[in-house]
Amino acid sequence: MDIERIDRIIDRHQCQPSSLIQILLEIQSENHWLPKEALERISRKLDVPLSRIQHIATFYKAFSLVPKGRYEIHICMGTACHVRGAPRILDTVQDLIGIKPGETDLDLKFSLETVNCLGCCALGPVMEINGKTHGKLSPAETIDVLKSYE
Amino acid sequence: MKRLNSPEELEKFRQDIISKRAPDKPCITLCSGSACQATGSRDVAARIEEEIKKQGLSDKVDIRKTGCHGFCEQGPIIVIHPEGICYFRIKPGDVPGIISQTIKEKKVIEHLLYIDPVTKKKIVHESEIPFYKNQERLVFGSNGSIDPRSIDDYLAIGGYSALGKIFSGMTPEKVLEEVKKSNLRGRGGGGFPAGKKWEGSRSAPDDTKYVIVNADEGDPGAYMDRSLLEGNPHSVLEGLTIGAYAIGSHEGYIYVRQEYPLAVENITLAIKQAEAYGFLGENILGSGFDFNVIVHQGAGAFVSGESTALMTALEGRVGEPRPKYIRSNVKGLWNKPTVLNNVETWANVPLIIDKGADWFTQFGTEGSKGTKIFSLVGKITNTGLVEVPMGITLKDIIYKIGGGIPGGKKFKAVQTGGPSGGCIPEELLDLEVDFDQLTKAGSMMGSGGMIVMDEDTCMVDVARYFIHFLTDESCGKCLPCREGLRQMDKILTNITEGKGKEGDIELLEELSETIIAASLCALGQSAPNPFLSTLRYFRDEYEAHIKDKRCPALSCNELISYYIDPDKCRACMICLKKCPVDAIDGGKKKIHIIDQEKCTNCGTCLEVCPSRFSAVKKISGEPVPAAVPEEKRIIEKGTASPA
Amino acid sequence: MSEIRLQIDGKEVTASEGMTVLEAAQSAGIYIPTLCHHEKLEPFGGCRLCIVEVEVGSWKKLVVSCVYLAEENLKVRTRSEKIDRIRKILVEMLLAHAPESPQLQDLAVEYGADRDRFEKEASFCIHCGLCVRYCAEVKKKNAVGFVDRGIRKEIGFIPEIALKECNNCKECFPLCPTSYLQAAFVLTESLASGGPTGGQTFEKV
Repeated sequence: MDIERIDRIIDRHQCQPSSLIQILLEIQSENHWLPKEALERISRKLDVPLSRIQHIATFYKAFSLVPKGRYEIHICMGTACHVRGAPRILDTVQDLIGIKPGETDLDLKFSLETVNCLGCCALGPVMEINGKTHGKLSPAETIDVLKSYE
Repeated sequence: MKRLNSPEELEKFRQDIISKRAPDKPCITLCSGSACQATGSRDVAARIEEEIKKQGLSDKVDIRKTGCHGFCEQGPIIVIHPEGICYFRIKPGDVPGIISQTIKEKKVIEHLLYIDPVTKKKIVHESEIPFYKNQERLVFGSNGSIDPRSIDDYLAIGGYSALGKIFSGMTPEKVLEEVKKSNLRGRGGGGFPAGKKWEGSRSAPDDTKYVIVNADEGDPGAYMDRSLLEGNPHSVLEGLTIGAYAIGSHEGYIYVRQEYPLAVENITLAIKQAEAYGFLGENILGSGFDFNVIVHQGAGAFVSGESTALMTALEGRVGEPRPKYIRSNVKGLWNKPTVLNNVETWANVPLIIDKGADWFTQFGTEGSKGTKIFSLVGKITNTGLVEVPMGITLKDIIYKIGGGIPGGKKFKAVQTGGPSGGCIPEELLDLEVDFDQLTKAGSMMGSGGMIVMDEDTCMVDVARYFIHFLTDESCGKCLPCREGLRQMDKILTNITEGKGKEGDIELLEELSETIIAASLCALGQSAPNPFLSTLRYFRDEYEAHIKDKRCPALSCNELISYYIDPDKCRACMICLKKCPVDAIDGGKKKIHIIDQEKCTNCGTCLEVCPSRFSAVKKISGEPVPAAVPEEKRIIEKGTASPA
Repeated sequence: MSEIRLQIDGKEVTASEGMTVLEAAQSAGIYIPTLCHHEKLEPFGGCRLCIVEVEVGSWKKLVVSCVYLAEENLKVRTRSEKIDRIRKILVEMLLAHAPESPQLQDLAVEYGADRDRFEKEASFCIHCGLCVRYCAEVKKKNAVGFVDRGIRKEIGFIPEIALKECNNCKECFPLCPTSYLQAAFVLTESLASGGPTGGQTFEKV
């Protein structure tokens, strides 16, 4: 990610240290991950210790320090979904793609994460891929949905 | 958009808007909350717009994409005004018919109506459907009438009249008095009296004060705040502004989870609109009062919803709770007096100011006034968001509104208060829901998640689930929470896997005592609650897991086996073909047997066995019966099938 | 600065305004166990060992003395059955990580902690945070920081800063109750200076 894009995002927040998390969110959203150069740049421009940025980038689930796949799969493991069988959906996805939560497949096609509640509890179990929500899933339907992503 | 410079101008503008809206003009409202969008309401919306144009009705029919209606199980939902005809589970293909028959010819389409499962009768009007009828939708009800992206819609239903009222001669002290009189208690989980919290900030000797909306709704299974923020963002803004005026704050923050992109979008837009109209910014409605609001997003951490952690995150540091004994309303954000309240709490404020504390206190119980929005989810027929007066019984919520347990299953428990709460068993279903009653029963109100569980839910697994959730979400700063929950997670997991041993329950209780007494923040202090409450009411399940290696709910994977009853099996081969690991041996007319070595307990065979045979069952705590000898496995022609 | 009179374990203690209960106790020679406390650093409130019982009026509650401010007429008890029970189990949780730590072994003797109560854990960092906080607050170099959260939490050096600053400093080393810190530093030094990944950054484990 080039320095100009990073600078633009930082300047949009008036270089405010209190906007650190918001800046990281924007970079993550645009770039799909946080390269080290971006963190160093932010540290310098905001005059914030790199160790703090390191902590924030690893503390929050929204951030990734490694490149993610084209399709980011989020499986809801909230209570309502859990009670309706979310663990089986997770197993199905893991078996089909061959990765565990937090991992990305070798083709950089799919990344898998578990989330603790997407707020669509009436549709449990729920899986979200790149912002599109798929609800009321069964293991068989989950396989169909995944196969539909090229 | 013109800036409104006085309460009088506001009223005049409101009348202007209302006069331009014909109350009899047909209007199609389509629920466009996140859940309905996930079931396809966007395609339905597109189709409606297309059909209206096609059938030449563009200026004769209004379309309104509203926020969440609450009956999420039945979405997408359409309500046709002014008649109030309610259609459910709409697909794009239903739209042409709705336009030509219901809109044009005023005819009701039977198969899109709600069917009462008890009377089996079809119900036409929203107000008669038991799900809605038994609620008291003071705060949430407006969701169905407004497009959250239209400030004019909000004005048309009376929005911002409370704001106009306070700037028509109410001093900040009077506003504070009214909120105190209403006895409004925080709706985010703590249940602390809002008026008292505000007063503490008002009297703190500091010129800089802050107000914060906590929209970091993290309890899994709860999505009330999401729907309020998405569906009626102005109600929250109005409440926040009123609160800021009451305590003397000029800067407000709305901390929203980044997992709620639509809520972030809608509240950001609402702020821009409010600023344009003069409801935010400098000299609001000509009063001389300035107030600005900034939106901050969370980044995926449950613990950052704890108030001190949230404030730390707003300061740009890691959102970990702070060890402190001075209340945040005295020393909070940047060490200044800060009032932090939940979304729903703020949304109640305009109603209290507009209609008065006396009106508000007629709802609810002695200790808990007003209503509460709950997310009724899990093993329940009518999944969705319900708003009920405090004091309603759990039984009424689950049966009258919720429609009971689906699939003919038996109710087992209802979990309230999220990971900080507890489970309430059947014998306490007559409990009147309010802050104190729930706490007495070993649970708590929490933010409003209400997860219903049935006979197939293992309560030990429920405890393990919540403890595991908290080990994932713990910030890790303090020892008792970080290490204590780690140990509890290990022990509970072992118990569900049949590795529990004598003394485990006592060790879990000892750990619970330390975690509750010594943890730094409320996450840790309340973490053992799900374990303690399930132990209180379902101790027999724990003992069965530990002593008999048996799961009474037949749920824990390591403790159950799938078995095909040879007396019931008709060798239809369906389960054999569907088994993903080819663990079933058998053939046409040859009774099927599951190879326990290969079986992964996926449950597919149980799901697909035809109900007239019901040959597959789960067993636990006993060995799988020996296989029937080969000769007995052949089903003779003409053998009578079992009764 | 005004004076505050409080009672700790039955003894009359005088403290100045702004002092914490721990500071008041220490000034009067009363011992309260601590792990994450350091007089040069802001209170952390992480280890919870300094937990005491305070009585304010008719209210009794358990608080951590390193954070709780001394109040007029406060009655403090530094030991009780419950407090001892809590400290015992806290020490046992720590011993699962660092059974050889001299500080922990002393505490284990005092509170009757069983070092084998819990299964041994792989990491022997006990998250007192002394290294991170000392480097941030006293040295202002921020060479070492926290990574991740909950049970996945670790400490990690920033290789570029550590290589420049740490060899001439190492003031945090003697602060570490378990010697985990030295191990982390050595590892970072070797990774950063020559290994095949040379300068590999902090990644979520």
